[in-house]
Amino acid sequence: MPVTDTMSANERETSESELSLRLERTWRQPGGIWGWFSDTDHKAIGIRFIVTAFIFFLLGGVLAAIMRLQLSRPESSLVGPDLYNQLFTMHGSTMIFLFAVPMMFQGFGVYVVPMMCGARNIAFPRLNAFSYYIYLGGALLLWGGLLTNTGPDAGWFAYVPLSGPAYTPGHRTDIWAQMITYTEVSALGVAICIATTILRHRAPGMTLNRMPILLWEKLVISIAVIFAMPAVMVASSLLLLDRLVGTHFFNPAEGGDVLLYQHLFWFFGHPEVYIAILPAMGITSHLLSIFSRKPVFGYNAMVGATVAIGALGFMVWGHHMFVSGMNPYEGFAFSSLTTAIAVPSAVKVFNWLGTMYGGKMRLSTPMLFSIGFVSLFITGGLTGPLLAQPALDAYLHDTYFVVAHFHLIMAMAGLFAVFAATYFWFPKMFGRMMNERLGALHFWITLAGAYAIFVPMHLLGLAGSPRRYSELTGVQYLTTTAPLQRFITVAAIVTVGGQLVFLLNLFWSLFRGHKAARNPWECSTLEWTLSSPPPQVGFGDQNPVIAHGPYEYSVPGAEKDFVHQNASGNRGT
Amino acid sequence: MLRKIKFVLLAATLIFLVSCKREDRILRQPPPSDETFNTVQISGLNPGANPIPTPPPSNMYEESAYAVSEGQKLYEQYNCVGCHAHGGGGIGPPLMDNNWIYGSEPGNVFATILQGRPNGMPSFRNRIPEYQAWELAAYVRSMSGLLPKGVSPSRSDEMNVKPSEFQTPKQPPTGITGQPEQPK
Amino acid sequence: MTLLTSGVSGRLLAQAMPLEPGRHLILHPGTPQSSHIEWLYWVIFWITFAVFLLMILGFTRAGARAHVDAIEPLPVTKSEEADRKATWAVGSAVAVTVITLFVVLVLSVVTGKRAGGLTSKNPITIQIIGHQWWWEIVYPNPQADQTVTTANEIHVPVGTPVVILTNSADVIHSFWAPSINGKRDLLPGYSSAFWFKVDEPGIYRGQCAEFCGLQHAHMGFSVIAEPVDQFQAWEQQQLKPAPDPTTPEATRGRAVFLTHACLMCHTIRGTDAGSRVGPDLTHLASRNMIAAETLPNSTGALAGWILDPQRIKPGVRMSPNPLAPDDLQALIAYLRSLQ
Repeated sequence: MPVTDTMSANERETSESELSLRLERTWRQPGGIWGWFSDTDHKAIGIRFIVTAFIFFLLGGVLAAIMRLQLSRPESSLVGPDLYNQLFTMHGSTMIFLFAVPMMFQGFGVYVVPMMCGARNIAFPRLNAFSYYIYLGGALLLWGGLLTNTGPDAGWFAYVPLSGPAYTPGHRTDIWAQMITYTEVSALGVAICIATTILRHRAPGMTLNRMPILLWEKLVISIAVIFAMPAVMVASSLLLLDRLVGTHFFNPAEGGDVLLYQHLFWFFGHPEVYIAILPAMGITSHLLSIFSRKPVFGYNAMVGATVAIGALGFMVWGHHMFVSGMNPYEGFAFSSLTTAIAVPSAVKVFNWLGTMYGGKMRLSTPMLFSIGFVSLFITGGLTGPLLAQPALDAYLHDTYFVVAHFHLIMAMAGLFAVFAATYFWFPKMFGRMMNERLGALHFWITLAGAYAIFVPMHLLGLAGSPRRYSELTGVQYLTTTAPLQRFITVAAIVTVGGQLVFLLNLFWSLFRGHKAARNPWECSTLEWTLSSPPPQVGFGDQNPVIAHGPYEYSVPGAEKDFVHQNASGNRGT
Repeated sequence: MLRKIKFVLLAATLIFLVSCKREDRILRQPPPSDETFNTVQISGLNPGANPIPTPPPSNMYEESAYAVSEGQKLYEQYNCVGCHAHGGGGIGPPLMDNNWIYGSEPGNVFATILQGRPNGMPSFRNRIPEYQAWELAAYVRSMSGLLPKGVSPSRSDEMNVKPSEFQTPKQPPTGITGQPEQPK
Repeated sequence: MTLLTSGVSGRLLAQAMPLEPGRHLILHPGTPQSSHIEWLYWVIFWITFAVFLLMILGFTRAGARAHVDAIEPLPVTKSEEADRKATWAVGSAVAVTVITLFVVLVLSVVTGKRAGGLTSKNPITIQIIGHQWWWEIVYPNPQADQTVTTANEIHVPVGTPVVILTNSADVIHSFWAPSINGKRDLLPGYSSAFWFKVDEPGIYRGQCAEFCGLQHAHMGFSVIAEPVDQFQAWEQQQLKPAPDPTTPEATRGRAVFLTHACLMCHTIRGTDAGSRVGPDLTHLASRNMIAAETLPNSTGALAGWILDPQRIKPGVRMSPNPLAPDDLQALIAYLRSLQ
């Protein structure tokens, strides 16, 4: 029976425990194989996203290692051109479609957002579960393709006419295009769930101003996903129609247009990279505040910058097409907007600096990785305004300079945020702490490795080394870059080896890590009010009411040096 | 848990072994064979009581979508369109119908290309390498829908004056004896 | 510390790394266009380097001033004064950023105008048509017999503006000679134009810069800038049909060419071979390299290429030609005579 005001204390207690029992029975995962498959608990789905995305990250890394070995010696013939084309296409597609968005946005988003809002479960739990399975389906389709010689080989962007029916026969590109549809439907599903949870399922008292900044980032990204993903689904669907049905969308001979594909694709492609990096920035802002024991500096400016990046991200896609012969005024428009997007990014970096400045830093592993994120973001980001100038992009487009730029700012920085989030929420997810010493070792190896691999790569681009060359034998002027290629390969192998430290830490901590307290990082947000790991029903019959901001740290007079968001009001500020 | 892992690994290995021939890019060609096309039966007439020769060899290129696509490109490049258009015929007979004057088997088409035929079909022996003649034969057969849809080219980037081979309905060819052949 | 060690060394490395100063680097420009690009690069590089140093300083200071792992809570630092100062600091940093970026943008537009656009002086027009995996070069002329058609090797006179008209016969390629100018994509169905002017004579190497299939890595070209009189002599030579063979071996070679698969794809003006599928071979011996700048134009390389191009560039559109040794030798003798 529901708890009412007129009940006596005893009655209330009995009612509450009845309520708990009923909740638990309702939300309990049914047993058996079918029960495991039909689980709609956001925590389980979130962990599935994270684990699956991580496995595909490792697979994508293996592909990268093979490519680097091929390029490490000019006379290498480890793989032929056909397999090499498949390798870099699969590497790009795996990392972008199967790792970047599923890990950061879908995985951690689905796990953390409902708890941070104080909701019991994510909105539309079945849509959420469906999103996971269709993502898994798309991923298995793509990798099943690679294993049966049907892996796509036209580049992760699959420009027509090369990916069209005349120049890529068979079903390789068809598999790629179908994978796009599945994974982007998955992203759309999760975006709808997360946006609804944030907008409608926040605990009472959590006004938008009291949301942890991570939730702002997720909200903006959800909206960006809803606008961006359909563009690539349209592009890949038109490509499928051209290939399988015989339409002429991209056939110039019959009135089609090859640039149409590029516009459609990059209208998705550029917001996609922001979709990949904004969750990372949100996690970084969040963690920098927690581990400096200071509120986020310039919360409103951060929110404004996030919205600005999300909006401007849709207006700059043409900078991927500067060399296609576009009208110079068009180039100028895209160039200005791209350069303008550096401003909100700079605002964020300055605010991170402001957050850390004067704080009482705890250099735990998540904090190390967050600082590493900032470092990589700056280094990678500074080459952005450089590439945004059409005159310079005319030289640097499609060279290793661009590869270095986006790997630093999107791949490495994003990866650091992933690691930070993993070390941070691992205690919550599994109830155990990860080893700090191994974590610090992992951090230093990966940071040094990221710089060692990608900063010299800029030089390759400046030297004129184009992308997607399966071997370097035919180009005399590139044989002088061989020592640099070798250095990068060695650095890559060492860095990949360093990830074994992480895997060791992960598996060891899963079974033998220190048991985690409810709130080991002394964090004020709502998910840390639950046990580690949280009960199946999450908040269950608790109804947290929010009376405090998200980052009340270093509060004088507080029992510890922070105040939970749902602590009763009138304590501290 | 361990059993699940083993099962997954086994499944992956099996998939890996079933490598798809359709997607093979045959870049290194087998050396030219001895002249097999002299044994091809190109007419329904049989002198005397001679037994019908052994069936001609199959075309390994018909299993590879890449090879059939190469055949499509060669069809344009070697100017087959000059007489046969894009299968509809003109100076030469149509190639996308089910009327095969000299046989529709892969070996027959191959022999036609290399030997030439009366009334205007030139002989391309020594001009077109044998493997390219096999690729062209595969493409010509695809024009009447004789190849599975997976390997048939779906559309070229040229102006299209006919439905793609992918969409061509399968035409059971009449063959050299005038009787419908068994569909493949 | 992390920022300091990593980024700075990387930035300095960009200057110090010795790379062979061939005619292909942005750092060794050979034309006004690439000089402008190089200038803009260095300007933005130094600006971003300064920003980078400032960020390192800022974060190092933030880190140094932090009380790592102190147990007691910080004293309350919330004061209007501190807040105002901090906001003022961040605000002015953002303002400086905006102004700097605006300056960068203006410089970029200026460079773009100088390096891009089309010249109105008497340019030489060259049409480049990208094929998988070679470059068809045409010097168009209203009179058909004054049109030069060649492959993979572009000759331009020094000091004369050159306008390139792009097109593609199959997929998207990209024309890029690094020390001459930026790249321009060759899109099927589109023709775009850009110009450059080479001031120093020499051989400038270029490569395809848009993924175009199996042999994207082996699709090179060269731009040979020579004095005007040499260029005109070259042009006149290219317009002539192929010279008749003078030796019996070369005569036999021409017969081999015309009776084997060669004439199905190649043109040699002055003979019956007129196919436009492959590169024009009329003046093959006048070129420095073959197979889209992959192999030197020597007897051995030519023999290897003719016998089995698939071994050198697997996937290329040319078939293997198992010729008898005598035939091959004669053919090569003929081809080497095509000046």
